[in-house]
Amino acid sequence: MNFERIREKLNILADAAKYDVSCASSGSTRKNSKNGLGNSTGMGICHSYTEDGRCVSLLKILLTNYCIYDCAYCVTRKSNDVKRAAFKIQEVVDLTINFYRRNYIEGLFLSSGIFKNPDYTMERLIAVAKKLREEENFNGYIHLKSIPGASDELMYQAGLYADRLSVNIEVPTISGLKLLAPDKKHEDFTKPMLKVKNELLRYKNERKIIKSTPKYAPAGQSTQMIVGATNETDKDVMYSATFYYKKYHMKRVYYSGYVPVAKDDRLPSIGSQVPMLRENRLYQTDWLLRFYGFAVNEILNNDHPNLDMDVDPKLSWALRNLQHFPVDINKADKHMLARVPGLGMLSVGKILKARQFRKLNWEHLKKMGVALNRAQYFLVCDSKSWERRDLDAERIKGMILQNSKGKFRKQYSQQLALFN
Amino acid sequence: MEKSTTLIYDGSFNGFLTAVFTAFEERLNVADIQTNNKGQSGLFSENETIFTNVEKAKRVWNGVRNKSHAAISNIYFAYLSEMEGIEILLFRYIQKLMGTKSNKHLDFSDDTMLRISQLARSVGREKHRMEAFVRFQLTKDDIYFANIEPDFNVLPLISKHFRNRYADQQWLIYDVKRKYGLFYNLKGVELVSLNLNEIHFNKIHKSDAFLNEEYDYQTLWNDYFKSTNIKSRINKKLHTQHVPKRYWKYLSEKKETA
Ligand code: SF4
Repeated sequence: MNFERIREKLNILADAAKYDVSCASSGSTRKNSKNGLGNSTGMGICHSYTEDGRCVSLLKILLTNYCIYDCAYCVTRKSNDVKRAAFKIQEVVDLTINFYRRNYIEGLFLSSGIFKNPDYTMERLIAVAKKLREEENFNGYIHLKSIPGASDELMYQAGLYADRLSVNIEVPTISGLKLLAPDKKHEDFTKPMLKVKNELLRYKNERKIIKSTPKYAPAGQSTQMIVGATNETDKDVMYSATFYYKKYHMKRVYYSGYVPVAKDDRLPSIGSQVPMLRENRLYQTDWLLRFYGFAVNEILNNDHPNLDMDVDPKLSWALRNLQHFPVDINKADKHMLARVPGLGMLSVGKILKARQFRKLNWEHLKKMGVALNRAQYFLVCDSKSWERRDLDAERIKGMILQNSKGKFRKQYSQQLALFN
Repeated sequence: MEKSTTLIYDGSFNGFLTAVFTAFEERLNVADIQTNNKGQSGLFSENETIFTNVEKAKRVWNGVRNKSHAAISNIYFAYLSEMEGIEILLFRYIQKLMGTKSNKHLDFSDDTMLRISQLARSVGREKHRMEAFVRFQLTKDDIYFANIEPDFNVLPLISKHFRNRYADQQWLIYDVKRKYGLFYNLKGVELVSLNLNEIHFNKIHKSDAFLNEEYDYQTLWNDYFKSTNIKSRINKKLHTQHVPKRYWKYLSEKKETA
């Protein structure tokens, strides 16, 4: 290993890759075969956390940061004056294996600037994955970026070696895309997505008939949107996200607050704050849609096109829909319990079990870790004391905020502790 | 007053289960269950020494497991917390569990149940942390070596994870606090105790037990850790919440700060 050379490349190519926020290594199981190296247990492990509190679970790098395109929001764009570098295929394989053996990582997340053309680039990404699987007998996690514009044939191959594939849509609206990434067409993104979705379906059906059908991208596909680069509303973002979840069966959509990396009239100036709280609210909304049974138009609509920043989206929904409350903790069904502010799905599960044994009161709820500060205004339980005053939404909100100063400020984490 | 008994066992989990068996079989009024190196006899109780019997232990294990899978793993995890007085707490838990027809362990409003499930959860959290934070260093004899110092005795719990994952390399994980380790020799895992004359933290000073290449990879990992950070998003508080400071000395990416 030419240590100094590798070191320089790694610094450049890790730095350029860090703005992709999807770090998940979960959702895929690969057993260790024939005493090879590694496995994926489906849980996903964070081996460390960056100083901004994000999970480090994969070696996330670009194969190269040379790029023929000039997308305004991207550090790697052609017109940007940065140092360029490119890894050799074997170098990425060696780094991955050696990091993995030391228990630093769960696997590899490989993306790339586009050099020569999309297919040429995609072929190289696939070559890395293929080498890892076939020569190194590696069963850890591999996430490959689908290069916009890559051919169907290559997308098919990519899925044979990767656990997850993703194309970043980056700009939530088509008009925004035209403005910021004039070289790219909307279809460049959606075509690979469609191919992957179709292959996933095909493999799933074949597995029903032939059990030993090999895996195709077992962790599915994901995408990322940058928020705060154009003047899109939260409604634009979440309706877009809903569209991608439905149409392309996305496992995850990630939201990434725009980090200014360029002086450009089309974009927020360098030094503008990263909209982290907004990002967090979007993730909370995403969660409500996927796990809590909310429909997107309940949370965002023409009357309410943007999320509240001072309270979480569930509380905000509840305050706009007080007619559904209070809910009886000992009687309400799962669906309605999930809608009570301060109740996470974990608590809902515990409540459903515990109330088979006795009627629950405030003390029980507290012990189970329910955030009563928020929940108390929306509940009745086995107790004489409950909120009897006919409070209006503003009053309730005021009282909750008063008692939770700082707590809400702490909620800058995007993926963890979304609802406690 | 009814006569009560303090059971003395050898400190092994099977020993503890044997004690539980004995208590049930002889219908003892148990005052406490203690390990033999503690030797505090109660004022009003008699001591009875328990001889570990795997058959008896198994019967308790199976009995509880038939009642509830979740309960048996709760019991094992909570036991490994090594908390003062854990034995008697677990004994009461098992008594309650075996005394009810329904799925008693699900009742989160009961105090003993709650305590046990909380303890089990803490131990579980530590298990996950160790699976994440173990940092192997490659020695000259081709063994991937790591020191740990967990709050709870989690080595028995993490063995399977590392065996499944690193099936084609020799590795050794050593608990410096409890002075024993797991060694995987490409065939199976064995318990070892070592005479470590030096604890291999990830420190700047190099040890000649390791290859130079080892330090190169640590540097690369360190660099990677730094470059993957986005400065404009820094949030130290969240960071230490995820990676508590007491673990830092074992993490090579934390080399300078420890
Ligand atoms: S094609 Fe990709 S790497 Fe190249 S400038 Fe656009 S976003 Fe950046």
